[in-house]
Amino acid sequence: MHSSVWLTLLILVPAIGALLAAAARRREGAAFAVGVTTAVVELVLAIVVTVLYNPHVANAGTFDFVGRWVLAAPFGLAYDVGIDGISVFLVLLSAIVLPLALLGARDRRREPAFVGWLLLLTSATVASFVARDLLMFFLAFELTLVPSYFLVAQWGGPQRARAALKFFVYTFAGSAFLFVGMLYVAFAHQHATGGALSFSYAVLQGTVLPRSTQVWLFLAFAAAFAVKSPIWPFHTWSPVTYAEAPTAGSMELSALLAKLGSYGLLRFAVGLFPLGLADLRPWLATLAVIGILYGSALAAVTPDLKRVVAYSSLAQMGFVTLGVVTGSKIAMVGAVLLMFNHGVITAGLFLVIGFIERRRGTATIADLRGLQGPAPVLAALFTVVMLASIGLPGLSGFVSEFLVLLGAFATHPWWALVATLGVVLAALYLLWAYQRVFHGRATGPNESVADATHAERWVLAPIVVLVVVLGVFPKPVIDRITPSVQQLIVHVAPAGVSK
Amino acid sequence: MSLTIPSIHYLVLLPTLILFGASLLLLVVSALVRRPLRPAAGTAVTVLASVATLVVTVAQWRDIDRHGASTTVAHALALDGFSVVATAVIAVSLGLAALVSHDWMNRARVVGSEYHVLALASAAGAVLMTQANDLIVIFLGLEIMSIGLYVLVAFDRERTRSAEAALKYFLLGSFASAIFVYGAALVYGATGTTNLSSVAYFLGSNVLLRPGLLYAGGALLLVGFAFKVAAVPFHLWSPDVYEGAPTPVTGFMAAIVKVGAFAALLRVLVSALGTQMTTWRPILWVLVALTTVIGASLAIVQRNVKRMLAYSSINHAGFILLGVWSGTVPGASAALFYLATYAPVVVASFAVLTLVGGEGEDRHDVAHYRGLARRQPWLGAALAILLLSQLGVPLTTGFYAKFSVLAAAVDAGGGALAVVALLGAAIATVFYLRWTLTLFAEDEGDVDRVPVPPATAIAIGLGVAVTVVFGLWPGPIAALTQHATLLFTP
Repeated sequence: MHSSVWLTLLILVPAIGALLAAAARRREGAAFAVGVTTAVVELVLAIVVTVLYNPHVANAGTFDFVGRWVLAAPFGLAYDVGIDGISVFLVLLSAIVLPLALLGARDRRREPAFVGWLLLLTSATVASFVARDLLMFFLAFELTLVPSYFLVAQWGGPQRARAALKFFVYTFAGSAFLFVGMLYVAFAHQHATGGALSFSYAVLQGTVLPRSTQVWLFLAFAAAFAVKSPIWPFHTWSPVTYAEAPTAGSMELSALLAKLGSYGLLRFAVGLFPLGLADLRPWLATLAVIGILYGSALAAVTPDLKRVVAYSSLAQMGFVTLGVVTGSKIAMVGAVLLMFNHGVITAGLFLVIGFIERRRGTATIADLRGLQGPAPVLAALFTVVMLASIGLPGLSGFVSEFLVLLGAFATHPWWALVATLGVVLAALYLLWAYQRVFHGRATGPNESVADATHAERWVLAPIVVLVVVLGVFPKPVIDRITPSVQQLIVHVAPAGVSK
Repeated sequence: MSLTIPSIHYLVLLPTLILFGASLLLLVVSALVRRPLRPAAGTAVTVLASVATLVVTVAQWRDIDRHGASTTVAHALALDGFSVVATAVIAVSLGLAALVSHDWMNRARVVGSEYHVLALASAAGAVLMTQANDLIVIFLGLEIMSIGLYVLVAFDRERTRSAEAALKYFLLGSFASAIFVYGAALVYGATGTTNLSSVAYFLGSNVLLRPGLLYAGGALLLVGFAFKVAAVPFHLWSPDVYEGAPTPVTGFMAAIVKVGAFAALLRVLVSALGTQMTTWRPILWVLVALTTVIGASLAIVQRNVKRMLAYSSINHAGFILLGVWSGTVPGASAALFYLATYAPVVVASFAVLTLVGGEGEDRHDVAHYRGLARRQPWLGAALAILLLSQLGVPLTTGFYAKFSVLAAAVDAGGGALAVVALLGAAIATVFYLRWTLTLFAEDEGDVDRVPVPPATAIAIGLGVAVTVVFGLWPGPIAALTQHATLLFTP
């Protein structure tokens, strides 16, 4: 068993970096240097934790790096951390996206604040992924809102203030249900055992709740996570917010904050209320499939590249939700893997769009044409990431989507069948968007678009490597995910889940 | 016939005596000396009195630890942890508000010590309300507190709005007081006593065959309180009064009226009428739902920041009422926690408003806050933290305040109401965030820096310190308020 100090460092390092960056007002670029240094340290820490992670620690389920300290007993507030195969890759993802966002989407306007918010957001995101306590998770989950609000509202596009506000209010309203549900479970447990108020995940998992209560609580939790994910029809904030956010903000929002939703659904809603899931499964699977089709359809017709990715995220998160709720082991493993892969891919897509926007000042498809000519490397990089998103065999997107559909087909053949349409549609909307932006003859300002610089190539290189490696050799990742999913399945099993 | 003097435990009365004594002292001295007293003298006396009160509350707390909770003066006053913590909160608010008004008086060239005389008297009234164990004493405290405030609201003689607000507050306030007294009379008619412990005992040991009189009395009491804490639909006075009153007075008023009125309300509903919970709970349910949602919704459309904070304070009142609604000891403790953490924050928020509002109070539009945090990072960041704390962001006391009342409500079976209140909070995020963002927006460039005098800076700093320090480490206050309500009498 490893020490929880590692996880504490993962939370503290970016938080301290944020303070240093915010304090580095004087010298030009000092904040950026602090940010990059912090990001590198964080990435190294995350890689070490991922490599060291051992799923077979005695008495901790599949959790490792476990530690728990009660901070304020009257509130049941505790610092309780640990990671398992489900969260370890999301922590890694947070650490991967941070340096890419800093280096690839640098914003020199009021840089100390920008870097500070970005680091603070990473700290809160990591804290929510490693939390093994509902209250700590909720605190961190809510805390992600503040930095992301300021990132969108201050560095975003023309409609940024409205978009950021919409994002904040939607998420906050969703959390209201999560919060009350969370209190309810904790009190139900307290009344049943007579002990102190506790929000510990391990403790609350042992609470026996009647079926109808579980359904209500599952709905309350799902409300918050459906907004964050987003799951259709709770997605209406996401296209506008993704589109208005600065590139770094879109990356963080779609790659990480969206995962908080699906992660919360898997870990807390499914993990705590398996009977609730059993009753709601067909409904949730239906919403997921609708999300896939709806997102794909809108991605095809939307006039803005960023919105294409936003709607495609909605579709992809539909696959994740489908994998989570259908509840077969293969689908769940696929869903966790897809969370990671989609994070990497969507970060890459937003990066490239950011590069285009930097050159042309717009991401409107109608204004772009024939970029392949003046910028062949940029086009090639976009192609690789896009093909991974489409789910081309040999690239990472394929493996995870395939696992989800395979697993879902065993339990929900009809849903899986319709969802497969989404794969076809993904090819349609992405290739069509690519065609309109990169093919044809460049005229006007499109003619003089510069190709990807060295710095930009290096920023995209890790994404391309990850996309290819995980497409060919996903075994090490799947091996780490599987025991934890197995553990969850065993817990959920009484609710009627097949293999 | 001989008059029996009831035994008096002077430690209980000491906070009231100190505050009222300081008030009288200032009054007499300023009448005796030839020239008007310098503002510093009044401020010094007020701050000293509030520090002395704090020291006395420590002694009271230790006394309770040793001998348990007690009542005195023929059971009209209670000494329990609840009253002690509430008294301490009032003392802190008084001290902070005195610092803010000191600078304000210098700026507005207000001479004399009448301001401090009235503030001290008001605080004494509020303290009396927190200790009152008798409807008549509650009324006494309410009137002492309110009469001082009526005058304070009108203190800015150069602005007609100030006088208008005072008149409005006075007329509606005295109406509410009258309703309260009538309610007290009906409760007396129904139970034969005005003492809260005796009311509880009577209702616990008798079944009222015709409870109409009691219900009417209770309802009227509730209306009186709802007016004082500005619960919807009895809130209409509050935005006008908050806007019209001199800004430091608004902060002071927002803090101590809430503490005094909620402390008394908790005693009346939870202690005296605890047996009637099934009757008053549905009424409070509606009040809480209306107050949280409507308070937040109306704040969104405001441009004037004082009105905005008035509606925000209505929203907060709804949350504190949620603690009252639960009608349990955790609920009372949560409401107390909310009050203890809200009071310094609201005083400090209005302190910032006082500074930005400027001489003549004509800079209260949200637009005047554009770029404040860029021109003056400390002042802007302080206001941002205070606003985020009121929004209820984690790592501030605002979060734990909401957490504790919601927890108490959910525990008492009010899950649906908790959701409604939280949706109200979600609506409230709109104006808090919009305002916070304005602070960081780019300004026009030709705006003067707002001078920050030292006393006000201390008050703002303390308010921010409370919300951040206890936001990171809420244990002490939570333990204190929880411990305080364990000794809740009767």
